[in-house]
Formats: sequence, C-alpha cells, structure tokens
Amino acid sequence: MPAARVFDIEIARAVIDRKRSTPGAALPILHDLQNQFGYIDDSALPLIADALNISRAEALGVVSFYHDFRRKPLDGRLLKLCRAESCQAMGCEDLVAHLETRHGIVPDDAESVASIHVETVYCLGNCALSPAALLDGEPIGRLDSDRLDAIVAKAREQTR
Amino acid sequence: MAAAIASEARRRGLDFSIVRTGSRGLFWLEPLLEVETPEGQIGYGPLVAEDAASLFEAGFLVGGGHPKALGRINDIPYLAGQQRLVFARCGVTDPLSLDDYRRHHGLAGLARALTLGPEATVEEVVASGLRGRGGAGFPTGVKWRTVAGAQAEQKYVVCNADEGDSGAFADRMLTEGDPFLLIEGMAIAAVAVGATMGYVYIRSEYPHAFDAISRAIDQARAGGLLGASVLGSGHAFEVEARLGAGAYVCGEETSLLESLEGKRGQVRAKPPLPALSGLFGKPTVINNVLSFASVPWILEHGAKAYAGYGVGRSLGSQPFQLAGNVRHGGLVELPFGVTIRELVEGFGGGTRSGRPIRAVQVGGPLGAYFPETLFDTPLDYQSMAGAKGMLGHGGVVVFDDTVDMARQARFAFHFCAKESCGKCTPCRLGSIRGAETVDKIIAGKDRQKNVELLRDLCEVMTDGSLCALGGLTALPVLSALDHFHEDFAKAPARVAAE
Repeated sequence: MPAARVFDIEIARAVIDRKRSTPGAALPILHDLQNQFGYIDDSALPLIADALNISRAEALGVVSFYHDFRRKPLDGRLLKLCRAESCQAMGCEDLVAHLETRHGIVPDDAESVASIHVETVYCLGNCALSPAALLDGEPIGRLDSDRLDAIVAKAREQTR
Repeated sequence: MAAAIASEARRRGLDFSIVRTGSRGLFWLEPLLEVETPEGQIGYGPLVAEDAASLFEAGFLVGGGHPKALGRINDIPYLAGQQRLVFARCGVTDPLSLDDYRRHHGLAGLARALTLGPEATVEEVVASGLRGRGGAGFPTGVKWRTVAGAQAEQKYVVCNADEGDSGAFADRMLTEGDPFLLIEGMAIAAVAVGATMGYVYIRSEYPHAFDAISRAIDQARAGGLLGASVLGSGHAFEVEARLGAGAYVCGEETSLLESLEGKRGQVRAKPPLPALSGLFGKPTVINNVLSFASVPWILEHGAKAYAGYGVGRSLGSQPFQLAGNVRHGGLVELPFGVTIRELVEGFGGGTRSGRPIRAVQVGGPLGAYFPETLFDTPLDYQSMAGAKGMLGHGGVVVFDDTVDMARQARFAFHFCAKESCGKCTPCRLGSIRGAETVDKIIAGKDRQKNVELLRDLCEVMTDGSLCALGGLTALPVLSALDHFHEDFAKAPARVAAE
C-alpha cells in the first residue's frame, strides 16, 4: 500500500479522467484515488460527481457505503484483523483484548493517530490458518500475540 | 522459502527450475515443496527458510529422506481420499502459465463447447444438474437458458468472486491457483448465451487473487482465449477484473450488479431477474467462481459423467472448506453426501486445540450451528435444508467446547447490522433489535419473554427481508438457541463484550 501523500486536486482530476468513460467507473476511480493519496479527500467528490454525471450526494453516498474507503489520511501501517467466525474459533477476540491492554490500540478507532491502525474485517479467506490478518496487503496466518507485539513494535520503530 | 531454496542452489552450483504453484489445500503442511521424481511428486513440509540447507543435504532433489518428508504427495490420505474435479489442477500447475494449463487438459471444455454450439452447450449444463455454488443452489443451466433466450444487443457474463463467508476460501484458492479455469468457464458461458463482455467482481480482501486473475486475463487475451475471436471461433469475448470495496452484501447478486454499475451496493427487488435485466439493465449470467469453474469439466467429460457424482438433486462435486479450530484445515473436494462427521473428524482430525468439538457452523455467517448429535447429517442441499441449515458456499467452521453459543448468536445479529445495505427494515433494524434482545437474555432479563420475542423477530426477518442477509440471519441464531439452549440460561455473571 503506497504511503499517504498530500492531496493534490490536479492529480486527482487526472486520476479521475483516466477512467471516467469506463462503464460503472465509480469504484475503479475511488480505488485509484485511495491508492494515490491513501484516502479520498472530500474535495474530490465534486470532481467525481461532475465526471460521472451524478449528484454530489450520490458520490458521497457511494464513498460512505463501502467500508474500504477512508475519508481521512492514514499515517503508518494498516493491519486488517479478521474477527469473523473462523477466527473467533481460534481466539481473535483475545488478540483484540491484547491489543488494547498491552498497546492501547482499539480497532476501528477513527481518531487514532497511532503508527499502526487496526481495522476489523470479516474474513480474509485464510480460514484454515485462523486467526488471519492482512498487514498492508500481505496475508498473515496463525496470528498470535507474540507476532502482534512484533508488528506493533516494528511499526512504532519506523515512525519514530 | 522459494528464495531460500534458490539461493542455496546457487551456492551449491545446482541448476533446476522452481515453479510457484497454487495451493494444494493442505494448509497445515504449508509452505509445501514438491519435487518431481521418477516415483512421482515427493512432498516436504511445513517448511521454514532455515530448512533449505538440510533439504539439500538430504538429497531432496531425488526425493531423499528428511524429517519433513511427506512421501508421495498423492498418497497423503487427505488428498487420496478426495475426488477433485474442479481443483484437479490447483497446486499442480503454474497458475499463470497458459501453456501449462493446456498441457493439463485446459481448454478442452471450451473446445467442445465451440464444437457443440450454444444451444447444445446450455443443454449439457442443464443435464449435468449443476446448481449455483454460491449458496442459493439455483440450477446453472436453467439460468443460462433464460439469458440465451433473451433478445438484446448486449449481454453480460459476471463472475461473483465476492466470497465473504467466514470459513470459505475455495474461490480465493481457485482464483489464485488456477485462474484460467475460471476464465474458461466464463468463456463457455459467453459463447453459450451470446455475451461479449464479462466482469470478475472480486473482493478487496483478496489482493493476491485480484492480481492473479488480472494477469491471467492479460495472458488469455495474448493467447487468443479472449478477444475478438475466442480460440478462432469468431465469438468475441472480453473480461475485466473489478475490485470490491469491503461490503459483504455485495456477494448478493443484485447488490453486486449495483456495485459494478458504480452505485451503493444496495439490493434490488426481484423480479426482474438478472437473467433478463441484470448489469446495466441487460440480460446477465451471474454465477459464483465455483459454478463457472465446474463447467469446463462438465463440457470435457459430459453431463452424464458429472451427474454420476453426488446424491439426489445435489449432483456433482462440492469443494468443502475446513476451517476454524481444526487440526487439518484445508480444501476437501468430494461428491455431495459426505457427512459433517466424516469431514471434521475424518479429514479434519478434530480440533486444533485438542479439546472436544462442540459446534460446527456450515455455510458461513448465515449458516446454522450443528451440535455433535447432528454430525451424521449428509452435506447436500436437501439434507441441510431438512436440518434447518444450508450448505452455502461449503465452508465448515469448527468450534471447541470453549465456545459460548449465546455470544455466537449475538454476533450473527451484529454482523447483519454492520453489513446490512439498509434497504429493507427487517434487516436494517431487526438485526440491531436482535443483538439487544440477545444481550438481555445473556444478562438474565425476562428471559422467557425475550426468547419468545427473539423467535418472533427471527420469523419477521426470515419472511420480510429482501435478500439472504436479513433472511438467513435467523439460521445461526435459532440453531444456537435450539441446539445449545443451555448457553442462553447461564447465570448472568459474564457480560458480553462489544
């Protein structure tokens, strides 16, 4: 996952123009914007609305519907932690508790400014190796508290 | 691991080729390495990078003995006990080599479909008895027949690769391990119904699968499997991979179509059926990954051969996925009719924690929880429905005796609330009221009254929801309540988290 970069309206315009004529372009454009900047800046919404001939409300409606799209910049690393049934059966909720008590990290905390963000996801399709996670897009199986400690320590090291 | 082997080989001045295959579905033995020898493929696993040197010392290149040697891979009971039709190539071939795919019977199904012609191809799929593997189990051939009969200047083929069920990973494994099979299946559908454009909608939680299918599509185009003339037949067919954005409900077909059109993934009311008015309002074949991936085998070997597998009206093979607290988690492809017990105790070898199995959830977050007394239920569409469950996508999740089933019931509502598209009230509000009601039961407030209320709510959600998300949430809830009622009657000492 590319690091968050400063939002630039001209770059955003170019990104949007690249795919505006693709059928059903909204999701591909939003993914491209998020890849470019790490999030979707609200000032891109009128541009999207204009390019796709939809209202701003509709553009906002699409962005806010999908869990993936972030509307604030993200610094640091992103750990997507699976909390669905298969991972529950292998103790993912213990890992969530460990994150909070040991590291003060609460999943899905929008106000968090930590060097590592933890997001809840439901299923990464790695259920034979639960508990599963995705660290900046790389799958991790059989996650345990030691590995979690190492990931958090490394993330904090990198942002120091 | 591959890098460690390659560097060790360089150090020793040895020359051999390393092929990165897909997964065999033997996850507890991975990373798994196989060596081609005159005696067959010899396996070694589960490996760590530090094993590289000792493997060379043991002479693994000729199948030498090593503490992690597994013998002939095809003799491993877990694999030997399966009947792999769809997953025959997965873990054997180089997933991104079209030549390798052809060498292993790839494209034989499409070639036969082109010889048979569209009508006969559709009828072959009808005769095979193949039912949608995504969960609903609708006959695939009948769906294709409807699209084939529709008049329109543009038709679409859409692959639903938004496999969101916990415990299910067959779509991911296949898309990463044998992506050409999926493309071939979609191409057969396109030729059969007269569609020229296809989309694979794949969830963003599967970045590697998205990468694999995107690269495979490029190669298929370069190799003449896609493009203006599929294998020189004159049929045009293009495929594009699209990434979802973390919405479980987009696995529901009409919600997926909305999402592909660039809208919020809200469910559409049916009718009209997607087969008549689907993507951009045009006739659309929309099937799951495993449905498309079953078709090439059917065309290659004939409908009769396929229908020879399975039981009753559940014909063919089903890739089951063993997950959760299980010793030998992995992919087990078998004809329908195998029992839960044969899967979780036989193949799975019991729990990973070593504790007794208490519950097994079949069919993802909307599937029922089964107690030990029902483990002899066969896994096919009818038997599952008879036991008030469903097969879904074939995911089987094992829980040991530490599980609290009241909390699992609460989670079912919580999940539904979080993933509801919001269009219909029973799902949007019912799920929240459901979680609150389970909380009251756990806390010991008016238990009897609240259990009655819970059952009533489940009935409303089942009958009144627009799609399966709200409509099937009652399955995990009621199965937990019916089979594990003691967990709802505990002293209210512990308060549910969240």
